[in-house]
Amino acid sequence: MVKSRRDFIKISALGATGVAVGSKYLFAENNQKLKDTPKGPFKLPSDFTRTPTYCEVCFWKCAGWVYKNDKGEVQKIKGNDDDPNSNGRFCPRGTGGVGMYNDSDRLKTPLIRVKDKYGNQTFKEVSWDEALDYIAKKLQGVIDRHGAECIALFTHGSGGKYFGNLVKALGSHNIAAPSYAQCRGPREVGFIATFGDGLNSPEPTDIRDTKCLVLIGSHIGENMHNGQVQEMSDAIDKKATIITVDPRYSTAASKSKYWLPIKPSTDLALLLSWMNVIIEEGLYDKEYVEKYTYGFDQLKEHVKNLTPEWAYGITTIKPDIIRKTAREMGHASPSVIIHPGRHVTWYGDDTQRLRAVAILNALLGSWGRRGGFYIPDKAKVPGVPHPPYPKPTRSWRDAMQGKYELADLALANGVCDATIPDPSLGCSIKAWIINGTNLLTTLPERQKTIEAINNLEFVAVIDTMPMEITGYADVVLPECTYIERYDSLRVTQHREPTIALRMPAVEPKYNTKPAFWMAKELAKRMGKSDYFPFETIEEELDWQLKQVGTSLEEMQRIGVKKLKRPYDDLYFKDGEDVEFNTNTGKIELYATSFEEYGFDPLPKYTPHPEPPEGYYRLIYGRAPMHTFSRTINNPNLSALKDENYVWINPKVAKEWGLENGQEVYLQNQDNVVSSFPIKVRVTERIRWDSVYMVHGFGHGDKKLTRAYGKGASDSELITKVMLDPIMGGTGMRGNFVTFLTSKPVKEEAES
Amino acid sequence: MRYAMAIDTKKCVGCTDCVVACQTENNVPIGYARDWIVEVTDGTYPQLELEFRSERCNHCDNAPCVRCCPTGASHIIEGGIVKVEHDKCIGCGACVAACPYDARYVHPEGYVDKCTFCDHRLEQGQDPACVAVCPTKCLYFGDMDDPNSEVSKVVKKRKFKTLIPEAGTEPQLYFLI
Repeated sequence: MVKSRRDFIKISALGATGVAVGSKYLFAENNQKLKDTPKGPFKLPSDFTRTPTYCEVCFWKCAGWVYKNDKGEVQKIKGNDDDPNSNGRFCPRGTGGVGMYNDSDRLKTPLIRVKDKYGNQTFKEVSWDEALDYIAKKLQGVIDRHGAECIALFTHGSGGKYFGNLVKALGSHNIAAPSYAQCRGPREVGFIATFGDGLNSPEPTDIRDTKCLVLIGSHIGENMHNGQVQEMSDAIDKKATIITVDPRYSTAASKSKYWLPIKPSTDLALLLSWMNVIIEEGLYDKEYVEKYTYGFDQLKEHVKNLTPEWAYGITTIKPDIIRKTAREMGHASPSVIIHPGRHVTWYGDDTQRLRAVAILNALLGSWGRRGGFYIPDKAKVPGVPHPPYPKPTRSWRDAMQGKYELADLALANGVCDATIPDPSLGCSIKAWIINGTNLLTTLPERQKTIEAINNLEFVAVIDTMPMEITGYADVVLPECTYIERYDSLRVTQHREPTIALRMPAVEPKYNTKPAFWMAKELAKRMGKSDYFPFETIEEELDWQLKQVGTSLEEMQRIGVKKLKRPYDDLYFKDGEDVEFNTNTGKIELYATSFEEYGFDPLPKYTPHPEPPEGYYRLIYGRAPMHTFSRTINNPNLSALKDENYVWINPKVAKEWGLENGQEVYLQNQDNVVSSFPIKVRVTERIRWDSVYMVHGFGHGDKKLTRAYGKGASDSELITKVMLDPIMGGTGMRGNFVTFLTSKPVKEEAES
Repeated sequence: MRYAMAIDTKKCVGCTDCVVACQTENNVPIGYARDWIVEVTDGTYPQLELEFRSERCNHCDNAPCVRCCPTGASHIIEGGIVKVEHDKCIGCGACVAACPYDARYVHPEGYVDKCTFCDHRLEQGQDPACVAVCPTKCLYFGDMDDPNSEVSKVVKKRKFKTLIPEAGTEPQLYFLI
């Protein structure tokens, strides 16, 4: 076997020089800087028994309080009553956020990849100076040889802002988050094409006041998008009708008046037939459609023959149920939400499916209406002043050769593709900085990601935990957890604008540092200090807060500041003239922007491949106590759920002779076998043509002592990707698996 | 005064937030729990029903755990809350066996531990940690003797069940169905 240039290093395999307590650097510096700082104008964590934070366990970013016990140790985390994202109630992951801080498997000190005289690669513990000098030198080398544009940043989470600032200061705009092309991108593009506006986060769904909530594959309650879970509960209290479309009997399905157990991959046919009924029966909001929309006649013509009877043959949903549910929506109009969902990269025609969702909402007049979609507001907090960023001359888009121009954000898979050398490219990407995202599980097609990594000159990973991706790094920088650091202010949209502060509750454990400090130190070493004008993050935050009439001192006391909405414009007023940010200035039922780029201006149903005999469609989702692969090792949360199960319909189980709790390996259509076995859950809650598993399990890094080898990884089995031609999203639901009751003997890898 | 809890199974999503909040509030060691989630599926695809229940000690009016305790460690305090005095408990496990709800566990330090309805929080006028944290607001807590308390009102208004009523324990957890 030929060793790749960058061998995967299991941080656990360090042996005697490993990351052990008491090693040279672990406590050597131990954040002397923070501790030795003479007391400045700002209060320190030790001055408080309760400090404000916003949660970093998921992207909802709920604001809350970290409480300490009598000994000054972190005890618990609770929501902040003034926070609209949480209303004072954290979800299990936020409540269990203490486990992220207490996890003894955390990254503890900077590491650099070294080779011994035999060519074996290991990580060496180094000082922060050594690690940062090394990164600066390597990045400068890439800039000198290839240009700054050959540096890319992948990021998820709060610290990314500072690394983003650094990368832009260096002269690259290759900054991608897997939360776009692997998750919510298609819905943003679909909604922008229709309403001229995306949804962003938290989605402005007015669930608490809705009369009818329609969920299509969105499993609120299993995804703990906190504010939405809370509002769905309010809606249940108020007797709203819930309609859930899902091949699986999800938690949300069990709360629904109608559950439509759809045949997977046929949602677009259902959506089109709903349009047919709503138009044919005159259930749409005529005044709204007349005043605000463009292309109604074309749409009417387009769906004329797409009747419930037509859809029945495709979706297996009975025509009378399609009609009944369409009427429920029509009667609730405009207080109805066809929920856009969040992780929507399923079948490669996702932007068109989300266009259909947007069109339905437009027909029912729910956009900008109470009980539909409200118009969010966001505080305007000025950014830190700095010189203009150098203008990059190239970007990842060059590798796309004109495709995906409608993508409004960078594609993580696009950046990955742009890293694999191609003779048609002027230059491919040569260095990756990976902040807080385990790219091997967030990107599909793992082999392609590894191929890209092997073509890099340099990889730096910043994380709190040793994830699979850290094994591919040349340098690993251990970040302190959100409980131990300041971060940029949380400025997110909602019904009313708010600002939330995160401050450390305690000093960082081990030899870990916050992102601000790391990015600033790198900027110093690379002559970019002008882009980080403040010496400390406290000074930067205080300056920003003072621009909006508050201060660090006040925010340390209150955590969340509610600002006034400047205008009374949460919903459209009756008969109000509204100009939408589209070509026609109207809500485009007929998308002229798609037409311009050569895509269908009206969504069309296309059939997708079906599982071959003996195979089942792999459907994956969320469990309420976990955020993707990130939380599986959290001691508090792993105690609640430490492995995933493969859900199998009893009929299928009988056919295969499988029993509850039995371990099987899963093998996909490309003969990829799961690295670890997964236990069977025989349940009526899943269709016979599909299996289901919770995403994020099956970790392969032994250093994750609670997560290693527990359950199986769905990502590993997603080797077939259906690319969305409109915005480059990676459709992941076209993979099929079968069961192996014993692990197949692996053939030796060829050299 | 009679403390009781109502759990709305129509709203509960089984997220286990009540479990974590209890653990961090009451220093419950990892791997143990004073409250837990039960998930029950009924029917065949696609005619299905699913119930989530957030369960804990039922703080029974007729508590077998208290009757069987040889040292008097298990006792009932004001408001009907069943408690264990850790110093008096010898960890014999009789109460663990007597409880039909499996609501008690032996703490690694040797004594028996269980839900207290967060009486230390009640003293400060706060709800139990599980009630305060629940994102779906499916937990109602209060005084059943007070007809105006939230829990009294919701139990009066809604259809409910109690668990294993045939055990004659007179449980004080009401599951709204």
